[in-house]
Amino acid sequence: MSVVATSTRFSRERDQPVRPVLMKGNEAMAEAAIQAGCDAYFGYPITPQTELLEWMARRLPELGRVFVQAESELGAINMALGAAATGARVLVSSSSPGISLMAEAMSYMAGSELPLVLINVMRGGPGLGSIGPSQSDYFQATKGHGHGDYRVPVLAPSSIAEAVSLVADAFELAERYRTPVMILADGVIGQAMEPVVPAYRTPPRRAGGWQVSGAAGRPPRIVRSLHLRPEDLEAHNRELQSKFAAIAEAEARSVAEDLGDAEIVIVAYGTAARVAQTAIERARASGLRVGLFRPVTLWPFPSRDLAEAAAHVRAVVVVELSAGQLVEDVRLAVEGRAPVFFHGRTGGIVPMPGEVLDAVKRAWALTSPRPGLAGVAEQVAAAEPDPVSLIELGAWEAIGRHVPDSIDAVDSMPFLVAGNARNGR
Amino acid sequence: MSTMTTDTRRVIYRRPDVLTDRSSHYCPGCGHGIIHRIVAEVLDELALGPRTIGVASVGCSVFVYDYLGVDFVESPHGRAPAVATGVRRVRPDAFVFTYQGDGDLAAIGTAEIVHAAARGERISVIFVNNGIYGMTGGQLAPTTLVGQRTTSTPAGRDVRSAGYPIPITEMLALLPGVTYAARGSIADPQWIGRTKAMIRRAFEIQLAGQGLSIVEILSTCPVGWGMTPSESMKHVADDVVQTYPLGVLVDRLKSTARRDGEG
Repeated sequence: MSVVATSTRFSRERDQPVRPVLMKGNEAMAEAAIQAGCDAYFGYPITPQTELLEWMARRLPELGRVFVQAESELGAINMALGAAATGARVLVSSSSPGISLMAEAMSYMAGSELPLVLINVMRGGPGLGSIGPSQSDYFQATKGHGHGDYRVPVLAPSSIAEAVSLVADAFELAERYRTPVMILADGVIGQAMEPVVPAYRTPPRRAGGWQVSGAAGRPPRIVRSLHLRPEDLEAHNRELQSKFAAIAEAEARSVAEDLGDAEIVIVAYGTAARVAQTAIERARASGLRVGLFRPVTLWPFPSRDLAEAAAHVRAVVVVELSAGQLVEDVRLAVEGRAPVFFHGRTGGIVPMPGEVLDAVKRAWALTSPRPGLAGVAEQVAAAEPDPVSLIELGAWEAIGRHVPDSIDAVDSMPFLVAGNARNGR
Repeated sequence: MSTMTTDTRRVIYRRPDVLTDRSSHYCPGCGHGIIHRIVAEVLDELALGPRTIGVASVGCSVFVYDYLGVDFVESPHGRAPAVATGVRRVRPDAFVFTYQGDGDLAAIGTAEIVHAAARGERISVIFVNNGIYGMTGGQLAPTTLVGQRTTSTPAGRDVRSAGYPIPITEMLALLPGVTYAARGSIADPQWIGRTKAMIRRAFEIQLAGQGLSIVEILSTCPVGWGMTPSESMKHVADDVVQTYPLGVLVDRLKSTARRDGEG
């Protein structure tokens, strides 16, 4: 399996321990932050990220650094705002409902241009939802949280080892661009244990010149997001937008696996990408040439790389632990170069590799350019449909200019016809 | 022929160093100008300006950072005590204070002030209570007097639907993490002097490393109240103090708290 990192912006240090250690994701991310030079952590308990808070509660005081368990996620992130305003390297973590509470201060921190690393160990929603793993905060992370015109970089680890290295990357990005950076993990990344050789890294400190410290021997500094004069606020927004454009240009990252000869590309991040990897192995064992495109940055979205990958395949299959959020960015990036199919599970359920393989086979059948592939379609039609899959609920969709050649194959699968009919075909 | 005379003039009143030399945006008769000045005087007297990090809140006084020439962090509405906590924890050498109105501290920010107080954060809180939301045009505040007309209680505050004023400083004074809590007023020169002494005491307690200190200051909003500035001052002195009695509520560095005196 070939792995190609499409961006090499982040260099890795070599002096790392070589013995693998068995680490829980939440604890590994916590220790990675400590090793990255995190000065202060503010948090509030919520499943499935609580071990991260507990690790910090034990480790930071023994290092003489700051740990505060706040009265709420509102309290936690506003403490982080205050600490970050002094130039401290600050981490907060939470899970989905808590991130919603932090959304207010995310907007203020983006507006005030304060660095922060925020880890979201996603759980099922909406509302209190469940404590199971989920990827249903993709929209919130990449397009929203708080009010106003702003973006924050979003990094999505798909293994604990990668989570460790992304924590250091996140601090570096946060300070380089003076912006909050979110690590979007899910309950599996947080709760699972994996043997990792942790690639700890301590990004260098930047000089600054903007932090509050007491105005001794210099004019006072004000960290703020308020600009009441319309001209002032527009000028501020223009500066922010040019910063976001610079981030979008320089920091998009993705990983491509087995794309060289692939006819179908699965797009997935985080835990969904891990499931996809197993599905791809099985697909290739049965003669289907399938590859993986895994966004590492969800914002900026690696649109150019994905468009390039999609230009050479006959179908794109998006797999998510959600009802379909990443798929929208995939469609925007693919721009009709290939039909885009979706398979997702919600409620804290992780799709099985077999489900993903079935989705791939259906996409294969639907986009078959040659009649000789009818056998695959029959095989798919004969397969026992998953009674709870979103495919059966009609969420299966195909869009794009590519019209399936094998209409017979489509007709043999009524649930697919329903999906296509909704798309006007 | 000219004769040399000895200049016997001396400066008895001048702008404090910390107070910036600019005219304010506050309405005529607003109390913020007086309060800014006495805070600046205390910062000067204790030579705290160069090590001060202030936390501005949301409301008319968000622009305190334009008038006090010290480093400032602007906080979301109500969150100033949490922001100040973050500043304080990573900057143990700084002098940290928040400047909050009554909507900010006693409504949307109740959780933040109560828990900063419970933790005994070494911060000082200037809590300006004028019983109304001034910046948004005069709505019911948690501190609005019973019967008081506001734009959202046009018939007067009715306790059956709008509840009672919150004596939040008394509530905070119950917490062991609050080392000093007092209530002053800017309604007359005597109380302005006493209130300044309260602020000084609150700041000294932070410098002594002893818990959270808060000074509530009864202030005015002539525009929001529909009164002239002088009527507003009289209203505070005669009426508002009936709901919010003046004095030191707790001073844990003294053997016994005095409830009737000055700071």
